[in-house]
Amino acid sequence: MPAMLRTLAQKLGMMAHGFHGGVHPHERKLTAGMPIEDCPLAPLYIVPLKQHIGEACTPLVAVGDKVLRGQKIARAEGYVSVPLHAPTSGTVVKIEEHPVVHPSGMSMPCVFIEADGLDEEDHSLERMTNWRDLDAAVLRERVRMCGIAGLGGAVFPTFIKLVQDKKNPIQTLVLNGIECEPYLTNDHQMMLEQAEEVLQGMAIIMHMVGAESGIIAIEDNKSDAARVMRQALAENSELAHVHVAVLPTRYPQGSEKQLIYSLTGKEVPAGKLPLHVGVICQNVGTAKAIRDAVLLGKPLTERLVTVSGDAMPRPANLRVRLGLTLRYVFAQRGLEDFENIQILHGGPMMGERLRIPDVPVIKSSIGLLAMHQDTVMQAHPAEQPCIRCGHCSQACPAALVPNLMADHCRNEQFDKAEAYNLFDCIECGACSYVCPSNIPLVQYFRYGKGQIAQLRREHDFAEASRQRFDARDARLAREKAEKAARRSRVRKELAPAPDKDTTTKVEKSTNDKAEES
Amino acid sequence: MSEVALILLSAVLVNNYVLTKFLGICPFLGTSSKVETAIGMSFAVMFVMTMASTASWLVQQYVLIPLDLLYLQTIFFILIIAALVQFIELMIHKTSPVLYQALGIFLPLITTNCAVLGVAILNVQQDQTFLTSALYGFGAAVGFALVLILFAGLRERLDGAPVPALFKGSPLALITAGMMSLAFMGFSGLVKI
Amino acid sequence: MTHLLAALLSLGAFALLAGVVLAVAQRVFHIEGDPMVDKIDSMLPQTQCGQCGYPGCKPYANAVASGAAEVNHCVPGGERVMLQIADLMGVEPKAVEEEAAAPMLAFVREDECIGCTLCIKACPVDAIVGAPKQYHTVIVDQCTGCMLCVEPCPVDCIDMLVKPELLEHWAWPLPDTRRAAVGHERRGHHAGHA
Repeated sequence: MPAMLRTLAQKLGMMAHGFHGGVHPHERKLTAGMPIEDCPLAPLYIVPLKQHIGEACTPLVAVGDKVLRGQKIARAEGYVSVPLHAPTSGTVVKIEEHPVVHPSGMSMPCVFIEADGLDEEDHSLERMTNWRDLDAAVLRERVRMCGIAGLGGAVFPTFIKLVQDKKNPIQTLVLNGIECEPYLTNDHQMMLEQAEEVLQGMAIIMHMVGAESGIIAIEDNKSDAARVMRQALAENSELAHVHVAVLPTRYPQGSEKQLIYSLTGKEVPAGKLPLHVGVICQNVGTAKAIRDAVLLGKPLTERLVTVSGDAMPRPANLRVRLGLTLRYVFAQRGLEDFENIQILHGGPMMGERLRIPDVPVIKSSIGLLAMHQDTVMQAHPAEQPCIRCGHCSQACPAALVPNLMADHCRNEQFDKAEAYNLFDCIECGACSYVCPSNIPLVQYFRYGKGQIAQLRREHDFAEASRQRFDARDARLAREKAEKAARRSRVRKELAPAPDKDTTTKVEKSTNDKAEES
Repeated sequence: MSEVALILLSAVLVNNYVLTKFLGICPFLGTSSKVETAIGMSFAVMFVMTMASTASWLVQQYVLIPLDLLYLQTIFFILIIAALVQFIELMIHKTSPVLYQALGIFLPLITTNCAVLGVAILNVQQDQTFLTSALYGFGAAVGFALVLILFAGLRERLDGAPVPALFKGSPLALITAGMMSLAFMGFSGLVKI
Repeated sequence: MTHLLAALLSLGAFALLAGVVLAVAQRVFHIEGDPMVDKIDSMLPQTQCGQCGYPGCKPYANAVASGAAEVNHCVPGGERVMLQIADLMGVEPKAVEEEAAAPMLAFVREDECIGCTLCIKACPVDAIVGAPKQYHTVIVDQCTGCMLCVEPCPVDCIDMLVKPELLEHWAWPLPDTRRAAVGHERRGHHAGHA
């Protein structure tokens, strides 16, 4: 249906809202319906000191310290940060740099914990079974303390979103069970197996933000999950104003702003947050983690991971402790030889390609995919010139003009790229996916964003240096003036008293001379 | 009223000074590498052209014809244009030093912009009234501004386009200008009298 | 004869009128100083290193604005800053003669420092702390890597170290495709004549 007709139909209420653009890649949900299995414990855990968006943590433990599972091992620094916890009981053996999940393949300080095999838990956090009577701020602090960050993959510290703002009261909580990336099924499986826990988490979040209604969003390729959630809701008398919304399967339906638009017809303005339109959005996994933190006093030390990919011998939905290396997790499912295999961290659309499997699982690890090198190469053939077909603009869920933005990024005309709203790009990859010329558009946007950030950093540093330079100049001038003043005062004091007249005379004459010249 | 519309339409599109009369090509190519510069240049030319066509009409009617000095026409007109250009130059230097730098030599060169003198001379040749000559000057300037800004936009886009090395820079600009000119020829059938 | 006189008089009167108008305009639109200096200064990296031959970034900006200096003398700014300034000044870009070294940081080997404060005096951005007869040290976040402190040190205890690359400051490279390589070439070419 032409875009204009669709918009008209939506405006008239004849059609459900749908976000602009989007694509429908092959789903390839190999692990759909497979029960969640526990990934066995390993002898060594590597905990990177930054697993969320924001500032890195500072370690609280020293080499040789004994830790328990759930014990805080690193302190949050700054506001946008959450603490880290030991994934199992054992001994801290070293704190040093180790490669982490990052497209650069660079290293970051990590805490190495040697497990003692006992997996003893730290029970210092009490269970808040009376959460209904507790103040939102108390619960919020618990969510922060337990290190919870958005488990849908963005890992933004969750407590920051859980605020009651007088100016922007939140009406609706959207529970995101969309999982629109191909291959991934962990949210799906969680809804099937732990519907009760997810709903408890949802009730806690709604209590915290004061939301009146809730929507559980599920794509129509997961109708069994929708059925299970509906049934669980029917049994739950507490969540009366919550309903399950089944949305058409379309990528990136699960992206926060797009999902909110699809469900409510409210558009989150550029540079604003969902709470500005009275909505907050949480992933189902995050809701479950919040429930564990509040009801059980359990910090975030494990998460569900879809281990899949076309090169995976035995794909599975695993419950994995944070800090296990990818190599170990893959080995549990029969993959030990990484020859000609490309590892993806996250989904195939937005995930990062990793160079080595020796990096640890972190809070953002929604999926670990092992793909045949050939498959990846086929998906990324050589780039051809742009033929201006406009498919990318039609596919863009943020309604941008990807081909022009990419041109500007490539030619380093960053001001123009920004004028085309480069920073509204969510890097979903829909444009690259539909491009008949195989232009890696998202790569250009990432390049542009990185360069702009770097230029800004350099500019800020230059500005600070200039201020320091000017301040130093002013100080030197002042010191010089003071010195001169002191010198003349000393000279005056040293001069014998009877000569006072002559000094003034001399001064006067010099003054005259100065005036003359 | 229809006369006003006709004059404007004719000056802006049908008889566009740059693309159909081929006057003022120098600043058209020289100041079109960036849209911001092109906009600044357009406003400068708009001011000079409108003022020059009215002033030259006045001089023609009240000085040159009564005193029978028509052979001094060019000198008088150039004097008017030069004074106006100096004036706008001072003004731009004060209000927008960056634009002043960006326009560089092309700002004083408006004096020798043949489109400006062309409009002034054509005006008096066509026996326009005071109002129509002002309107014609303004229309011609708008036409100049229109194609200059369009051209600058095209050049900005082409700046990043993967064209063969042979066509880089000026050749591509000239080809683009030629194609724009062809496109503007389409306007010649716009008005049927 | 009267005809010639009329011509001369009318032309002269007209020129005089234009002259008077312009003289008034000159007064009205008079500008103090050169507004370009601040613009250029804001483009310079503010290392205050003096590699351009001027005692700081502002003096160099002054020289460029007045036309006394070429646009290509800022070594740490490299080609990017040169292109920006050339663009602003509306002049032809010129190749930067000296290749900018990787960003550096000064580092004082504290056990060798004799506390003479000479480096503190040399630092243009006050990024070295210390007192007489006390160890000095460089504030890493504020060091511009200008190397002006190396020379004055009587015991040569200041090293210039390459600035470490931080994970947080890592930026995506241009996509590694055939086309992108061509793009690189093209940019180089454009820089030559833009």
